[in-house]
Amino acid sequence: MATYDSLFETLGLKEWCDEGGGSAPLSMADLLARKNGGTQETSAWDTPFPSMDALNASCDKFPKSRDLTAGLEDGFLAIKDSLRFILDPITEPLSWMLDGAMWVAESTPWWIVIPVLLLITYWVSRSWSIVFSVGASILGLAFIDHYLPAIQTLSIVFVCALISVALGVPIGIAMSRSNRLQRVVLPILDMLQTLPTFVYLIPLIFLFSVTESKLYGIAIILYAIVPVIRLTDLGIRMVDKEVLEAAQAFGMTPRQKLYQVQIPLALPNIMAGVNQTIMMSLAMVVIASLVSAPGLGVLVLRGIRNLELGVGLVAGLGIVILAIILDRVTKSALARVNAGQKH
Amino acid sequence: MSNAMISIRNLYKVFGENPQQAMSFVRQGMGKEQLNVEHGHVLGLRDINVDMQEGEITVIMGLSGSGKSTLVRHINRLIDPTEGELLVQGENVLDYDENRLRDVRRRTMSMVFQHFALLPHRNVLLNAATAPIVRGEDAKDYEVEAAKWLDRVGLGGYEESYPHQLSGGMQQRVGIARALTSNAPIMLMDEAFSALDPLIRTDMQDLLLELQTELNKTIVFISHDLDEALKLADHLVILKDGEVVQQDEPQHILLNPEDDYIVDFISDINRARVLRVRSIMSPLTEVDGAAGEVDRESTLEQVIAQTGGESSGTYVVTHEGAPVGVLKMSDLMRALVPQKRSGH
Ligand SMILES: Nc1ncnc2c1ncn2[C@@H]1O[C@H](COP(=O)(O)OP(=O)(O)O)[C@@H](O)[C@H]1O
Ligand SMILES: [Mg+2]
Repeated sequence: MATYDSLFETLGLKEWCDEGGGSAPLSMADLLARKNGGTQETSAWDTPFPSMDALNASCDKFPKSRDLTAGLEDGFLAIKDSLRFILDPITEPLSWMLDGAMWVAESTPWWIVIPVLLLITYWVSRSWSIVFSVGASILGLAFIDHYLPAIQTLSIVFVCALISVALGVPIGIAMSRSNRLQRVVLPILDMLQTLPTFVYLIPLIFLFSVTESKLYGIAIILYAIVPVIRLTDLGIRMVDKEVLEAAQAFGMTPRQKLYQVQIPLALPNIMAGVNQTIMMSLAMVVIASLVSAPGLGVLVLRGIRNLELGVGLVAGLGIVILAIILDRVTKSALARVNAGQKH
Repeated sequence: MSNAMISIRNLYKVFGENPQQAMSFVRQGMGKEQLNVEHGHVLGLRDINVDMQEGEITVIMGLSGSGKSTLVRHINRLIDPTEGELLVQGENVLDYDENRLRDVRRRTMSMVFQHFALLPHRNVLLNAATAPIVRGEDAKDYEVEAAKWLDRVGLGGYEESYPHQLSGGMQQRVGIARALTSNAPIMLMDEAFSALDPLIRTDMQDLLLELQTELNKTIVFISHDLDEALKLADHLVILKDGEVVQQDEPQHILLNPEDDYIVDFISDINRARVLRVRSIMSPLTEVDGAAGEVDRESTLEQVIAQTGGESSGTYVVTHEGAPVGVLKMSDLMRALVPQKRSGH
């Protein structure tokens, strides 16, 4: 009947195949094949690839590829509860931080929030021209009534970037000290960076409820933590070998070496990683709106869903403005670190 | 020789995956080349025996790749030997655990590096104060100490500058101040002046010699430059492919090279400027009609200038006014020409 019947016959598996077959779920192709009577000969030209589905056509006992995905699903559902049991308490503080920061940002009056932001800007960049452009951008956004979503987005970016750095720098340091750890972590980082962002939203949605803010928090952090880990590892590995020898020759302990030599010398790279981490958090915040992250991303989504072109474009512009000011502020901090230790 | 500050005994170093196994081939007499080609191991050092006396400058000289850096890094154990002994002030440093080793590095040895190896994020004063900072001393004390040594190497007033604001020569002065601030009796210098311009290099050599007359450190100086080696060395060790080919007082090596390799090496040297009267004078005898007096420590160049190019005659050699020997100008002339190696 099907192409690979003879294969199972020659292997002597015919009996096994026929035992109580037919219980596998029917696909559309099966139904079509049944309707057509299914007895036409296939020419050599049309021979199907011996895929799971093609083999299943000859032998009902052979699993279909749909069984594979179903198996994955079942497997995930089976461990879901225990995974949740562990992950839920660990990640709970993330919800608190996101909600807390959001509450502070929303409930503090604008005439306090904006000056505080400008003060932080000055403290990080030490440049009045940057303070001025940041001020103009925020006031502009506020004037077109985008103050609240902008501040929500900023608060999410702030919390997620902070956690990414707090976790990423130690991971990067550990990686730089162990080649084995580096071999394990690098492929994971590659995966996190190349997976389409929607793909790791899927298991997260299974694990946590969409109403919890840690859902989008985790999604953003997983995506944004990659550069700071990579560049911390790279930065520490690139520290001048002779300077490390000097540290050792003068009797530094491994701890002194780490804090007095390796981290300070890797700082330009680490700061470059922090800059990228912040930019990637911002990029992810829009996608995270799909899973209930508030902010400018929600307006962009509204623009797409309701075909409200103007709303989407203006919110998009707001994100670009945020991106530019975040980039300028962190780059100026980076430039200051760089100027301090040119060779 | 038992009172040597640093004693290196039968030291071997093999780089590679399995140095112990490679060592067994080396012990059977396998050479560097063969070990590398057949077993993929690099023979860094082979059977090194050197004594470094207290208060002397021992110069280790050889071409690039001859194992100089490897050897000097054994002294403070930045590199551990495959086999051998390393005595510092009579104690085998190889027996030390982490803590004692760290203590030796903090108090007994300091090091100066070819590319300076300063901390770019710390200013000159804090760089010079590296050793006391590592030892956890009080800022009040070490700032005074570091400033004193910076002043001594000619960098007074630069305390607040950062390394990248200084020229190479000045950065290496910071490197030397850093080594001196540690107050360690032993100073290791790996090609410390090789990255500097020739004129600045000469200045630095003079600075080092001047400091040394005052401080009497035990200095291990690495160099690939024979002129520099001859200028600085009290004891000269010549290294080739990880082996010592000859070691002695530099004048003695110049006059009695034991190896064709060394003959080649010294053939281009300006002997008149390096050789001193004391190395070629004869024992004190009665001389009638001495043409004059020359100082024991004069170079032959100075003698030739003093005698106006005279190539015959005999001079009385004096030291601090007293006669200590005689110098025949014919011996001087002969010493200016490199000898073919005696023996075979
Ligand atoms: N870590 C190492 N692994 C393998 N080979 C090394 C290592 N360090 C040095 N060597 C080899 O040992 C030899 C001596 O090197 P080095 O001491 O740096 O020479 P020098 O300082 O005289 O130029 C060279 O052949 C070099 O390739
Ligand atoms: Mg070297």
